[in-house]
Amino acid sequence: MTDIAINTPNAFQADAHSHHHDADHQMGFFTRWFLSTNHKDIGTLYLIFAIIAGIIGGAISGLMRLELAEPGIQYLQGWVGSGASLDEAYHLWNVLITAHGLIMVFFMVMPAMIGGFGNWFVPIMIGAPDMAFPRMNNISFWLLVPSFILLLGSTFFSGGTGNGAGVGWTVYAPLSTTGSPGPAVDMAILSLHLAGASSILGAVNFITTIFNMRAPGMTLHKMPLFVWSILVTAFLLLLSLPVLAAAITMLLTDRNFGTTFFDPAGGGDPLLYQHLFWFFGHPEVYIMILPGFGMVSQIISTFSKKPVFGYLGMAYAMVAIGVVGFVVWAHHMFTSGLGVNVKMYFTAATMVIAVPTGIKIFSWIATMWGGSLSFKTPMMWALGFIFMFTVGGVTGVVLANGGIDTYMHNSYYVVAHFHYVLSLGAVFSLFAGFYYWFPKMSGRMYNEALGQIHFWTFFVGVNILFFPMHFLGLQGMQRRIPDYTDALSQWNYVASVGYVIMAASMAIFFVNLAWAFLAGRKAADSPWGEGATTLEWTLSSPPPYHQFETLPVIEDDKRH
Amino acid sequence: MKTILKTGLFAVGLVLAPVTMAQPVTPAVTETNAPVVVAQPATPVVGAPVAMAPVAGVGQPVPGGIGIQGQVTPNGRDALWMHNALLMPIIVFISAFVLILLFWASFRYRKAANPVASKTSHNTAIEIAWTLIPVLILVVISVPSISLLAAQYKPVGKDAITLKAIGNQWYWSYEYPDNGGFEVTANMLPDAEAKKRGEPRLLATDNRVVLPVGVQIRLLTTSNDVIHAWALPAFWTQMDAVPGRINEASFTIEKPGVYYGQCNQICGARHGYMPITVEAVSKEAFAAWVASKGGTMKGEKPVVAAAVTPVVSPAPVAATKS
Repeated sequence: MTDIAINTPNAFQADAHSHHHDADHQMGFFTRWFLSTNHKDIGTLYLIFAIIAGIIGGAISGLMRLELAEPGIQYLQGWVGSGASLDEAYHLWNVLITAHGLIMVFFMVMPAMIGGFGNWFVPIMIGAPDMAFPRMNNISFWLLVPSFILLLGSTFFSGGTGNGAGVGWTVYAPLSTTGSPGPAVDMAILSLHLAGASSILGAVNFITTIFNMRAPGMTLHKMPLFVWSILVTAFLLLLSLPVLAAAITMLLTDRNFGTTFFDPAGGGDPLLYQHLFWFFGHPEVYIMILPGFGMVSQIISTFSKKPVFGYLGMAYAMVAIGVVGFVVWAHHMFTSGLGVNVKMYFTAATMVIAVPTGIKIFSWIATMWGGSLSFKTPMMWALGFIFMFTVGGVTGVVLANGGIDTYMHNSYYVVAHFHYVLSLGAVFSLFAGFYYWFPKMSGRMYNEALGQIHFWTFFVGVNILFFPMHFLGLQGMQRRIPDYTDALSQWNYVASVGYVIMAASMAIFFVNLAWAFLAGRKAADSPWGEGATTLEWTLSSPPPYHQFETLPVIEDDKRH
Repeated sequence: MKTILKTGLFAVGLVLAPVTMAQPVTPAVTETNAPVVVAQPATPVVGAPVAMAPVAGVGQPVPGGIGIQGQVTPNGRDALWMHNALLMPIIVFISAFVLILLFWASFRYRKAANPVASKTSHNTAIEIAWTLIPVLILVVISVPSISLLAAQYKPVGKDAITLKAIGNQWYWSYEYPDNGGFEVTANMLPDAEAKKRGEPRLLATDNRVVLPVGVQIRLLTTSNDVIHAWALPAFWTQMDAVPGRINEASFTIEKPGVYYGQCNQICGARHGYMPITVEAVSKEAFAAWVASKGGTMKGEKPVVAAAVTPVVSPAPVAATKS
């Protein structure tokens, strides 16, 4: 990690000379970035980590789109190495899809949203000097590093047919137990253990901070919606991750110590693993999107110069999504062999989630209604988020029907669905948040024109990339295959073209980042003007190393 | 480095390549479009019906296709109707509605047109409306959805024929327990062989699952190793094959033809290479095929019951057994 920290741009650091109490942070580089207990520094570390993981995970998807651009196997064998068998090449494919999924979920979206923006802005938004447990905050981050190294390292160890864990991000038994001998899958499982422990500690920290460290006058019903979203997310993490930890521990003992939790030969049941996994896995998808909801709420409100419409409805819609999110898991198992009554229940329960989600979509639009809108880059990403998340949401309503899912299950339609809610939902909200808070975090303005170009090229690229996947799925293309029958070639080619556009747009993003640090003008304390009413905009940009040594007092009629 | 270089070349290639949709299609597709009747060359069995040729666009993807495959089962047709006539209009309408509202609000309330923002942040009536209207839409969807589930789970009648599909890494084996219990093992045809037979690449198998039309089929799935899934889009049928369990599904094929499916649960290296080919034939042709396998039709006296072979893993390219 050393080189990452060395590359940390100066502008990201709190300005040591602009503030009166710099005496307490005359610390060396190592002390500041490796032993950090400062929520802003740790948030910055999380963001850098997420960007690096995102580059790796995104590059892996580039390899996949390259192989899928034409029918037949063109590259996989070459990537394994000379003399590789076809089976090793096919195994590499499974390693790629597994790594892409795990990296994007556990090492990109979650660290960026919760660890990055959550750490940076939850304490500031509630008027607190720092997180409740600063040292635990530090270990939350540093657990992620060995976790990521374990996952990346697993690709160099045997995972059965070839090197690496080729089990899918769901790690279904018995493919992940008897089906994958060798240390790779053990390493991937341990990686998940560490990432899970990191998230649980983070969740404890956020819950404690939000419940105990709000400034005087900041009641729960006055908290900014981003804080609400992190609070709900933290509860989801706290309640779901232990179940994942249990499930993958049972995988480990099945693999190494002769237990048979998931082996029917010893009285176990492979479906038990699926129930446990999805009891975690479904809340997990809301963990990945709820902070995005929160960020989009802040941004729409700021650039509409209006308070969020239906604040209480918005807050409790997130609570409702969180609660209902725990009782819908088996819709991921509609073809596993569930009984008809179970499928009827999970069909109905899943559709219920559309209601609070609809409340949020319409409340965002109502927030814009009557506002005075400016379309700065963060707002563009937020608007893109609303529409793309709607598209991903309505295909979710289609998939919620157990009888319809019989056709779509594990097809590219599902791949399209979850990329619309994640790659176009969660990622759009991440970019929205990044552009929104970048001036505050770095003290520099990014280039607005480059930001707009980045948005539009990314928007076009990901839609060309993911929309045809609906067609492929409806035509019967299943997920997790390196090759497809020739009739599916056109839309696969189009999707790969979309990837290239998306990748080019990411280059613009990095150019913009470099531009901001090299030539960006200094950001004002509140660069977005009167619409930005949350506490972070009352501080300098970047904020002082320790903020709110005197707690702010929240008046009665402000700060929604 | 090599990889990065290749990715770069790929990027350049894609940008330079003409974006005409017809270009990237390989010739194999056109071969499929012109079906050639080819007699089953591998281990011809006396009395077996001549292998049926697939029809382009039936039971397999269509080049450039954007919709659901044509359905040849009653439940499939109902589900297709529900998707195309109910769900699609609803989701297109909702998406368009949100998009129009976004555009309208963005246009009408842009800073230039509306310099002073209103401070409205509550409207109980509209909040109740956008809670209740989605609930009503969901109720409308849930009625056919629940009946569809009920129909899919309706128990089969006495005359149903049972097909037991057993997943193996990486091929399917089948048993016909109602027909004397003979077995069929289906491996994917190599590309060249599929082309020779006029069948789609990656979807065709050396031995087909033969089933009668107009008869309820009880599908039982299980597995000898990891989880697989027996998925056949044209039948609107997909069921996981889980070791230690037997899952059941059912369908009734209405039209003779060749229908293709694939394993649809990640099952290791060759997950993408264990296709399913079903040949649906008349009841008479099915009876003849069963007889050629040494099996019996329901109600007939079993003649080869003793010949049922134990379940052993056949060699990957094993021909039809028994």
